[in-house]
Amino acid sequence: MTGAAWLLRRLVASVAIIFAVVTFVFILIHLAPGKPCGPIGGGEYQDPIVCAQLVQQFGLNQSIPEQYWLYLVALAHGNFGYSFSLHRPVRDAIADTIPFTLQLAGAALLLDFLLGLGLGIYQAVRVNRLPDVVIGNVTLFIYSLPTFWLALLLLLVFGEKLRWFPVGGASDPIFCPLVSSLYCVADRLWHIVLPAATLGLVGAAGTARFQRAAMLEVATQDYVRTARAKGVPERRVVLRHQLRNALLSFITRFGLAFPFLLTGAVLIETIFAWPGMGRLAFDSILSRDYPLVTATALIASTVVVTGNLLADILLGVADPRLRVRTSAEVEVLTA
Amino acid sequence: MTLGTWLALFVALVVAAELVRALRHRGLRQERWRRFFRHRTASWGLGILAFLVIIALAAPLIAPFDPNKQLDIIHLKNHPPSWTFLLGTDVLSRDVWSRVVFGARVSLGIGALGALVAVSLGTLVGAVAGYYQRWIDAVLMRGVDVGLALPRIFILLMAVALWDGLPFAALVIAIGLTSWFGTSRLVRAEVLSLRQRDFVVAARALGADTARVIFRHVLPNAAAPIIVSAALGVGNVLLLEAALSFLGIGIKPPDASWGNMIADGAPSIYTAPWSTLFPGLAISLVVMSLNAVADGVRDALDPREEPA
Repeated sequence: MTGAAWLLRRLVASVAIIFAVVTFVFILIHLAPGKPCGPIGGGEYQDPIVCAQLVQQFGLNQSIPEQYWLYLVALAHGNFGYSFSLHRPVRDAIADTIPFTLQLAGAALLLDFLLGLGLGIYQAVRVNRLPDVVIGNVTLFIYSLPTFWLALLLLLVFGEKLRWFPVGGASDPIFCPLVSSLYCVADRLWHIVLPAATLGLVGAAGTARFQRAAMLEVATQDYVRTARAKGVPERRVVLRHQLRNALLSFITRFGLAFPFLLTGAVLIETIFAWPGMGRLAFDSILSRDYPLVTATALIASTVVVTGNLLADILLGVADPRLRVRTSAEVEVLTA
Repeated sequence: MTLGTWLALFVALVVAAELVRALRHRGLRQERWRRFFRHRTASWGLGILAFLVIIALAAPLIAPFDPNKQLDIIHLKNHPPSWTFLLGTDVLSRDVWSRVVFGARVSLGIGALGALVAVSLGTLVGAVAGYYQRWIDAVLMRGVDVGLALPRIFILLMAVALWDGLPFAALVIAIGLTSWFGTSRLVRAEVLSLRQRDFVVAARALGADTARVIFRHVLPNAAAPIIVSAALGVGNVLLLEAALSFLGIGIKPPDASWGNMIADGAPSIYTAPWSTLFPGLAISLVVMSLNAVADGVRDALDPREEPA
């Protein structure tokens, strides 16, 4: 199969997956007991008259297949619907929160990969010696921490006791909505440290463990032995022969990082009062805001699927051996 | 803590240590077990797990107080750790140590059962898909693709938050049903390569029926990835339950799970950190032990040489 045909097939499959996720979430949320208004799940909307109006206005009295069809038609026009709980278009609510989640995930990913790769490579070079054992045990511990608990711990130590970092929010509430300046950039960075460190540290521990194993797996390959035997300097063996090949499996890990970040975002954003999409999704589920729930699920699954696709494309670019294979075989190789 | 509970705790510790020692002694005769126990962290992990399981089973003997009893809401609220209250008391004056001990039943139980559901389902689907191939494989694996793309925490939040007051069993099943996708991919990949091997082809040629081929010949040889993903699965389910309970929608109060203990303690973390720290430490300890055991099993069952 040629590259273009493969890409086309993967793209179609990706869209189909996202469509299936949206359908599944749509059905699940509509089947769940309770309504956006009224005694079960209505929250602030308890007035029966208001409730009747709301039901009428948003077409909630129609059958689920009818609502589903209308939703799809709207979606095809690029219309995500109108949020019941926020009284604004879903598109605006998401557009407001997505930059925060991207900043948080980006910072976390940066820490995750830089620290994780560095530690993993260092461990592989010093394998079974003291630094490797110590770092190995530390990463094993951090990798096992519940992210939300680590968040609380960091809050307690660096937010409350030492007072180095703010305990919540994304920016200075007094100056930053008004003044846009270098101060606000620094302020955002200052606010992002704790939430990003929480996600980044747990991720980095996993990356380090993964990268160490990948480096060691490559270390027994013939071409590494050959390189050593013919007198290539050790530094060059590690960086050119081992690392470059070990990075292939790292690409797969890159693709898998997104689900972790998304799950983490729900918890971490809730704890740090970070106004991102994870918290929006959580709140929207609790308030049974059907259009908002479906839209956040749509975006989350798009991110996951895109991550996988990107990883597969990068793998093909990095490793010519994988280019000619069918996607099923690639799946086996990367599973 | 009374003398009796200290004694029970000591006995639990000794039993766990002896258990690991006995296993190690027996295992040294077999090459693969020798490899497992050569893994120092894996042996420790096994010991810690054994200890915690014993504690969970013998909870009434080891917990000095009723875990749900509010001892004295006025005088004993947020009491710091002491000899009487080993890990302090929480905001409702309940003994944290007793709650950690009884919470072990809930948390370990949900982890083990949830992982059992997930791994069984994942193994079954993976084996069927890998063995039959063709359209069955295509359908099942596209289903798995969708499952892996589903934001799992969203689905669980929806299932658990909206069907309010799900019983324990339903929570286990909901978590299990959303956690099997990765396992099924691993098993499928393993089965795909195994089914071409001579011994499987021979079994088929001798007229063994499909179920027998899958369960007697294929799956036992795919044991390594299944056991590893089971060990990791228990930890993942435990973390997931903790996260759900932390968001206030997992195990219902007043029953203690390590997750809802963290949630209960979090608002007073600045004044009484012990009621948040210790249950979290318990979770970390279990997950860490499970990860270490999984590492050990992987090394033990994977015949590839440990690189020098």
